[in-house]
Order: sequence, then C-alpha cells, then structure tokens
Amino acid sequence: MPFQRIKCLREVAEGMSEPQETLKPPPPIENEHMQSDSTPSIDFDGREVCLTVSDLNLYYSENQALNGINMTIPEKMVTSFIGPSGCGKSTLLRCFNRMNDLIDGVSISGSIYLHDEDIYDREVNVANLRRRIGMVFQKPNPFPKSIYENVAYGLRIQGIKNRRVLDTAVERSLRAAALWEEVKDRIHETALSLSGGQQQRLVIARAIAIEPEVLLLDEPASALDPISTLKIEELIYELKQEYTIVIVTHNMQQATRVSDYTAFMYLGDLIEFGDTNKIFTTPDKKQTEDYITGRYG
Amino acid sequence: MSIWVRTGSPWVWLSAGMVSLNLVMVFGLLLLIAVRGLGHFWPAAVQSIELSDRDASVSTLLGNIVDEEKVSAARVRDRGGYVPDGVEIISRYLIKSGNRDIFGADFVWVNETDVRSRSTPRDAVVLERNEWGNFYGFLINVKQNGKVVANGDRAWNVLQKRIARKTELEAQIHRIEKKEIGKINYFMESIRLDEKRLLLDGNNDRLPFENLARDRAALETRYEKFNVELSDLYAQVRRDTITVKTVADQVFELPIAALVRAFRPNDMSFGEKVVHYGAKVWEFVSEEPREANTEGGVFPAIFGTVLLVILMSVFVTPFGVIAAIYLREYAHQGMLTRIIRIAVNNLAGVPSIVYGVFGLGFFVYFMGGSIDQLFFPEALPAPTFGTPGILWSSLTLAILTVPVVIVSTEEGLTRIPRAIREGSLALGATKAETLWRTVLPMATPAMMTGLILSIARAAGEVAPLMMVGVVKLAPSLPLDGNFPFLHVDRKFMHLGFHIYDVGFQSPNVEAARPLVYGTALLLVILIVTLNIAAIRIRNRLREKYNAADA
Repeated sequence: MPFQRIKCLREVAEGMSEPQETLKPPPPIENEHMQSDSTPSIDFDGREVCLTVSDLNLYYSENQALNGINMTIPEKMVTSFIGPSGCGKSTLLRCFNRMNDLIDGVSISGSIYLHDEDIYDREVNVANLRRRIGMVFQKPNPFPKSIYENVAYGLRIQGIKNRRVLDTAVERSLRAAALWEEVKDRIHETALSLSGGQQQRLVIARAIAIEPEVLLLDEPASALDPISTLKIEELIYELKQEYTIVIVTHNMQQATRVSDYTAFMYLGDLIEFGDTNKIFTTPDKKQTEDYITGRYG
Repeated sequence: MSIWVRTGSPWVWLSAGMVSLNLVMVFGLLLLIAVRGLGHFWPAAVQSIELSDRDASVSTLLGNIVDEEKVSAARVRDRGGYVPDGVEIISRYLIKSGNRDIFGADFVWVNETDVRSRSTPRDAVVLERNEWGNFYGFLINVKQNGKVVANGDRAWNVLQKRIARKTELEAQIHRIEKKEIGKINYFMESIRLDEKRLLLDGNNDRLPFENLARDRAALETRYEKFNVELSDLYAQVRRDTITVKTVADQVFELPIAALVRAFRPNDMSFGEKVVHYGAKVWEFVSEEPREANTEGGVFPAIFGTVLLVILMSVFVTPFGVIAAIYLREYAHQGMLTRIIRIAVNNLAGVPSIVYGVFGLGFFVYFMGGSIDQLFFPEALPAPTFGTPGILWSSLTLAILTVPVVIVSTEEGLTRIPRAIREGSLALGATKAETLWRTVLPMATPAMMTGLILSIARAAGEVAPLMMVGVVKLAPSLPLDGNFPFLHVDRKFMHLGFHIYDVGFQSPNVEAARPLVYGTALLLVILIVTLNIAAIRIRNRLREKYNAADA
C-alpha cells in the first residue's frame, strides 16, 4: 500500500503543471523552481490550498536562514514541520503571520499567499493579517490579567465592548479549547494561577476567540508534561475541523499522531513534504530517513 | 586557616560586617537627630545657680542646663577665670537663662568652679513669649486693667485661665485676619486688576467701572466692620498683665498678650510633663514659626515640601515615562539613541545648583516672564509667574529627577518578556495597542521605582530651590480657600531650606540648634513616609503583574 501511494504521489509530482493550474487562486508559483527543487506538491485529497509559499528566502542580517522555500498548505488540515534544531522550521512558521518583521535585521524575499492575497504586499495591514492567522507560542504566554480578559483581549482590540458578545465569545473559545469546565468558576481570577498545560490551552482559546482562518502552533507542547501534551493533541484534532493548522514540533511521534501532512526541513531547506504516513514510512530522501530513524538531529 | 579562607567565610563575615556597620551608622544618625531634636521639647528642670567670683561677689542665675563640656584649666585661667591649683580639667555648663530683653543673651557659659550651690525652686516660672524668647523668674501677681486680681499661689491658676482666654481671643483674631480680611484683600486685588485690565483694553464704557467701584465700596464697608471687631478683640486681649520678678529681684510687668504659655517645670508631675511635651511637639509640626524661625512650628515648611514633591511627581512621571517609551520602543537603536542614553545618564550627575540656575533663567525669567506678558499684563510691573514660585521649583526638580525615571522605566520595558509582546501582536494588536494594554501596565512597578528614587532625591534638594522659589518665611500657604485654591505662583517654605536657615542664618544660634535637629528629623521622617507610600503602591502593582519577573 505505501508503495502504491508513493507511485501515485510521484505521478502527481511529475504532472505538477496541471493540478497547479486548477488551484482556485492562481498564485504565480514558478513551476520550474518547484520541479528543480523536486519538492512534491500534493493534491491534498481534493482540499483547497490555504497557504502558498513561493520562493521564500529569509536572511538574518548576512546569514540565510531559509533557502527558496516552495510549498502549499491545505485548508482545514494539520500540517507539521519537523527537523533538527535550527533548521528554520520556526522561522518559516513565523513568516506566515509576519512575526519575523519584529526582529531587527531580518530581510525576506519571495512571497506567501493566504488564498490569493500576498501577505508580504506593502498594502497589507499586518494587524489585520494577524487576526486572520493566529499563533500559539512554545511557552505559554498568558497576559497578567484575568482568564476572561486574556480570552477577550483580541476582541477588545477590535473594539468590541458589548459585555454579552464578549461573554459568549469567551465561553465559546474556552469550550473549544477544552478549558471551560476547569475554569468556569474562576474566569475572573488571574490567568497566572493556571497550570502550564491549562495556560497553553488558555492561549489557544485566546487565539481562536478572534476566529482566525489559520492557527500556527510553534512547539505548543514542548514545555508541557505528557498528560497536558495529550490534551493539546486532542485539542488540535478537534480544532482542525474548523481551522487550518500548521504545527512545528520536535517530537516526531507527535507529528505522526496529529498531522495529516509533514514537511521535513534541514538547514533552511525544505527537504521533503508529503503525507505524514509516507514521510514516516517510506521517505523519498535519504536525509529524511536518517532524521526520522534518529541518525542525526 | 587557609581552608577557612577557601570556604569563603571571611568574605561572608566581611560583607556582613560592612552591612552591620552601615546599619549602625544609619541608626546612629537617626538616633542622634531624634534625641537632640526631640529632647528640646521636654520641660527640663529649672535650676537656680549661685555663682561666686574670686572677689566673693555673689550672683544667681535661673535657667536650664542645656549642655556640658570639659575645658582645660589653662584656657579658663587665660580668660581670667578662677581655677584652684592642681586641677587640669574642669567642666563648664551652658545655661539657658532666657530674659534676652534684660541680659542681652539667652545663653551663658558657667564654669564649674564658680558654682557655689544649685537648687530647683518649685515656684520657678518659665514664660514662653511671642518676643524676646523665654522668661525665667517668679510670678508675683496677675492684674486686670491695672488692678491686682490674684496674688501669691492663687495667681498661678488665674494666670493659666487668663492665658487660655487670650489664646481663644487670638484664635478669633487669627480667623478674622486670615480668612475674612484675607478674602477681602483677595477680592480688592482682583477688582484692582479688573480695573487695570479695562483700562488696558481701552474700554470707554463707564458702567463696568461703576460696578467695580460699587463692589469696592461694599468690600470697604465689610472691612470697616471687621476692623471694629478686631480692635475690640485686641483691646480685650490687652486687658490683662502680670507682674514678675527675675531671680535677681528685678520686677517687671508683662502683658499676657505677649505670652504663649507659662509653666513651672519643677512643680510638674511626670504626666504633666508628658502632656506638655506632646503639646510642644504638636505645636512644632502644626504651627507657624515665630521669632525668625527659632520658636514655634514648621508646618508651612512641611506643607511646602509635601506639595513640592507631589507637584514634582505629577510633572516628572508622564515626562519621563513618555521619553523612555520613545527611546526604548520606537527610536531606532543606533548611535544616536546610545548618545542620548549616555546624555540622560550624565544629566543625573549634574550638580543640582546648575539646575537651579537653569530654572531661574529658563522657567522664571523666560517662561514666567512670557506668561506675565501674555496673560497677566494688568498686574505688571509686579510679576505673577515671572518670579520664583512653587511651580517653577517643582518643574526644576522634575528635570533634575527625570533621568532617574527614564532609566528605570526603560529597564522595566526591557524586562517585559518578548513572548508577552508577541502574544499580543499575534492577536492582531498594533504596536501601540500592545504597549498601552499590556506592556505599560506590566512596566508600572518599574516606573514606580523610578518615581520613588526621584522623590527621595527631590525631597532632599535645597540648593536649586533657593533660586527658584523657596523663602525663609512665606506669608501664606500655596493652598487656600480662594479661587483657584492652588496658587502655584506663590513662594513657599521647605524643610531642607528651613534647616539651613535656622542653623546658619539665625540670630540666635544656640536657641535654634535643637530646632535644626528637630527639623532634620522631620525631613527624614517625611521622606521615609513618602517612600514607604510609593513602595507599597509598587508592591501591590508587582503582585498584580508578577509575570514580568518570570
């Protein structure tokens, strides 16, 4: 079965040009480059493409951290980025909501499309973009406010003051983040009193309260204990019904458990991208195989 | 031994020793000023001291022994004093004998060898007066309109009652003079200014002038009424007199109006002394000074200091915080910001008198002068803001302390974790929203630290204030019942300057010395209180935002 699947994917990869043109938005991806990089593009079982990365290069001052990345990320699926430390997976993730803009000396070339909109276009309102592409960080970072105010933060930023609207949104988000039952009696207490796992789910609730289209998770469970990790993973599974999720993880078991598609990165290159099962069973590239079998990284 | 050195214990001991040395010095200092300052108010025993000179003439002194020191016999002999042979060191006493109007001086040094006998007469009376300092002597009788109403032992109780009556009358006089007549004067002045403004505007209409004249006439009638009331009260106050004699049997008649209080320290029980002490301390912190600041209280100075510090905080906090936010969050972190930062730090090292000169030139003459030209032309040539005042003093102190606020606010902003900022930005907040809603609240403890440090520095500054608004005696407080209530153009008194003035500019150094200690103690207490208040606020904020330290 894996073999057949590879074959099928190969065919797709070789016949890149046709499916590419049938994509709903026509992002100007340079097909030549895609092929020369031999990154297989995938038809995602008919799902629409949510994010398209096109020839993305990123430099920290003089050092190139991402080398000509090309990839597409499917809608309402979980895509995970794996790779050894420093391979650029977090950097790539932070490109999706332009978090790298905040770092001095970063320069970026290439483009990323959210549907058909270039997020690196000069016209783009970055704050609005970040409302559409939410992010959860490695370490839980609740604000030193009450649980309620944490979740309502994004909405208050948007100028929503109506108490009932806020109440509903807070409850809905906390329920979606599977935290409501644990905190419903103390939502006006400080968020800092929560445990690490609860804080991380709170941060996820905070991110989904503003109903983004995409959720970026940067090693969301790396600072948590196994039980909390499990809860977060279950949560990710639930959330993918509604959101496109991109997750960076160090934990390869986690990637197999939660993600539908997996990208393996190494030293700033996207080495291989494909169906998670395939990446972990019969990768195309020697490097991928070496990494997942634990030979380096 | 070498093992002991290697364990590090000597360093622990050394640093612990240094810490305790510091503590001993701080508490020693506080103890010294507390004892010297607070001891002054205790009703010490009045001693009658009989002195005999070499020619066997005998004289008597009545007063408190306030100090004692050892002097070498040779020095006394040089001065013509008598010391028996074979004695090398003798004691001499500083006696506060009062009666400056009679002796010319309050204090006199007496050599131990001249003292023939000492006693504490129970009926010795100390009279605190409005002028000429204390009187030490004995009460003979109390007179009303020149007729004796009480003699001997009974006179003492009558005197106390008469002083109470006089105090009450004086409170009435004070109320009329300060409140009522003060208000009339205030309105008179505003009428005068209105008139002048009308003239300056080239107004030819007669109606407004007539209105003003009518108001003035009404005020003058009211003034006359109060004046009559006042002269009546003054006559009542002057009714009583007392007859007293000094220890040398010189007899004087003193008006009771000149007395503040009378007491017989040798006849007081411990409880009475405590009550007397409490009253004196209360007078010190709640009353206005008398007799060129050597008697009475320091309330205007306390008030001025507190108001100055509060105004300074109001100016310095927004100024410093906004500057720090710009420097840390918005300015490009390059050569220029580094130079600005160095300049800010160096500003903290500029001698404070230089700020005084700057304040005088820039605030008082330039800004104050311009304000007068623009807004108060009717009062010219008398300046309104173009003269030293509490506003300019607080602004001068604000620029003196702004580096402290900038530096600590910047430090606080740096310490806010990047994750918190990113968390806020990732939710679609702009940089300004992130700052306003998350970063600044979390940095408030750091801002408070800056404010605490600047209060501590500002409350102790005297030098610059001498140029921009402090005076040795301010006629009225900067806060009163007349619109606009807070008169920031007024001059004010300040505890630090009061110490300098009482200690070095006083005509009566010995009398003023305890007040120097007392005022110093008050200043320290005041600064500590202000600091503790600010520190408590900061700790509460810290509890609220303790994630900043995580």
